[in-house]
Amino acid sequence: MSLRTRLAVGAGKTVQWTTRRLGFGGGTNLPGRIARRLAPALLQEQSRRLSDGVVLVSGTNGKTTTSRMLATILDQAGAQVLHNRAGANLITGLTATALDVGLWGQPRYTHALFEVDEAHLPAAIMETQPRVVLLLNLFRDQLDRYGEVDTIAAKWRTALATLPPRTTVVLNADDPAIASLGENLQAQVLYYGLDDRRHGNDALRHAADSIFCYRCGTPYVYDPAFYGHIGIYRCPACGYARPQPDISLRQLALDGVRGSTLRTIFSQRDGQLALEVDLPLPGLYNAMNATAASAAAYALGINLRTIRAALEQFSAAFGRIERFTLAEHPTLMALVKNPIGASETVRMLTSGAPEPLDLLIAINDRIADGTDVSWLWDADWEALREHARSVVVSGTRAADMAVRLKYAGLDPAMLRIVPELAQALDACADQTPATAALTILPTYTAMLELRALLVERGILKPFWES
Amino acid sequence: MSAYHLRIAQLYPEQMNIYGDRGNILALQQRCAWRNITTTLLPIGPGTHVDWLEIDLAFFGGGQDSGQALIAADFRERQAVGLRKAAESGMVLLSICGGYQLLGDYFLTHTGEKLPGVGLLDVYTIGSNRRMIGNIVIESALPDCPGKLVGFENHSGATYLGAGVQPLGRVLSGYGNNGEDGSEGAVWRNVFGCYMHGSLLPKNPHFADYLLTLALRRRYGSAVVLEPLDDTLELQAQRTMVERVL
Repeated sequence: MSLRTRLAVGAGKTVQWTTRRLGFGGGTNLPGRIARRLAPALLQEQSRRLSDGVVLVSGTNGKTTTSRMLATILDQAGAQVLHNRAGANLITGLTATALDVGLWGQPRYTHALFEVDEAHLPAAIMETQPRVVLLLNLFRDQLDRYGEVDTIAAKWRTALATLPPRTTVVLNADDPAIASLGENLQAQVLYYGLDDRRHGNDALRHAADSIFCYRCGTPYVYDPAFYGHIGIYRCPACGYARPQPDISLRQLALDGVRGSTLRTIFSQRDGQLALEVDLPLPGLYNAMNATAASAAAYALGINLRTIRAALEQFSAAFGRIERFTLAEHPTLMALVKNPIGASETVRMLTSGAPEPLDLLIAINDRIADGTDVSWLWDADWEALREHARSVVVSGTRAADMAVRLKYAGLDPAMLRIVPELAQALDACADQTPATAALTILPTYTAMLELRALLVERGILKPFWES
Repeated sequence: MSAYHLRIAQLYPEQMNIYGDRGNILALQQRCAWRNITTTLLPIGPGTHVDWLEIDLAFFGGGQDSGQALIAADFRERQAVGLRKAAESGMVLLSICGGYQLLGDYFLTHTGEKLPGVGLLDVYTIGSNRRMIGNIVIESALPDCPGKLVGFENHSGATYLGAGVQPLGRVLSGYGNNGEDGSEGAVWRNVFGCYMHGSLLPKNPHFADYLLTLALRRRYGSAVVLEPLDDTLELQAQRTMVERVL
């Protein structure tokens, strides 16, 4: 390591320590910015020092949860994993995390596992020269910030083409925008996908982004679609079709908000292996996240028994899905941030025959949330009409959310607008019947604010300690 | 009981459905349903034969560039003639962003390629590298539908109006058509184009009702008056944005 890099690591660590001491939060971006200014090659040099390489995880939905699952699996396997756990997923955040590889001698870590923001993936690929790249899905998300799905896919394609044969690219076969990235790469490609057709649901197509054949533009035929443009698709004109998954989720049994059971088949040259997991996380998308994490772990050479043990004791990333008790109400908090994620969360909450729902929905339009709340209209809130008992809407765009729910057919009389989050927490705890469950659906910055309030009240721990 | 029925067409819902423009269809349908006005929704995909004189109100949203490229030729060749006849007889048409641009004369991309539109609105659009993004508030220029309209714009095409159209309104905050002349949107007869997502109609219920009134009067005569609805939530959402940006 160059002297320049050593100095930059020292400076970055000092800033990190100082910002945390002064209580500015996790100190996740500023140290990285300063270190990169001093030594632009820092991330590259630190990545090279890791004996077992770098894993990158990106996609619109599920990257935090999936990379946490993968970290848990690697821990279980005895690896020493450096991980940007606090979700600092811009290139500056990756650099700040890489400061922890240390200065001298043998690094404390064997692997680095980075969750990467979609827009920063090409730079992360260039700088870290990863061993495994796991790509989950591409949905419309914060169009004001990222641009269209096609634009991001094109940039990813260019970056992936630079990777050598020693890299494995793990791709979601069910997302045509992701699967088509596997064509013409030097790197090895592994596909994972859902093959349990019972989970077809054609109702969600209006928010789909990539439903036209990437080769010839003809609409794909789905048999079936699972959600959005995710499904088992083929082009009726040119014959392009979803690749056969190497890691196939063959049987999936969803058990409401409690969890699900997965049976996954791993196809190898010399036969097949089966993995059965009782996943303590609810919803179809978390089953897909677990399959993605299993596929990446398999690419890293980890055995299935270890994968199973890790996933069965997994608890979700902060704020994505959290359970706690608020004024005697068992509470589930699940992040909503874009149409597909929100629709899937509503589907998870309303599937089966759940108890009536008492909800707090907190919608902010700060930069990290996306400043355009148009996406609320692409998400399917309609199922709440049959299941909601009371709804408090909060956040900077509380009134927009109230209008959305009114047009979804909810009785305006059951909607309360309380823009201040602290008051909204109290309001929904008060109006929810004693000991009944409470469901909180915040956007990203609303989740951070709610968490801060819950930390103040001693209900949750600060996130960078978790 | 109302005896009214409206046929609503949505142009290319699978290709041109970005930025939550579906909210406009929901707003039109719900505001009719709450008044016992029945509606039919006709999705118009590529290759669909449409009898445009049957349609009362059409919506044409924006899409990804790839989606727009897939439908532009179909729209010009299959629908433009019928759409023009219907528009000349007073059919109501709301177009947003990509749909608005395709109704114009042409779109000149920043690489110099000239993509023809259908020339229903006397406007043309020039692609730029500047993305005009953010909340937008305008003062309506419609004599029969005064007041403010709020939305969210996200476009890099700059649209300029010819003599054959009037602006939809004057920009109070945001960029509007081109970020230069203070105009937003264009109107010719009952054809409206603009850059306002958000979705536009749920948060601007007076404009939604104005479009419905135009469509009903064309079909059922000038005596049609819509029953008022309780718009407390809608107007609160609108006021929140007006107060924030002005």
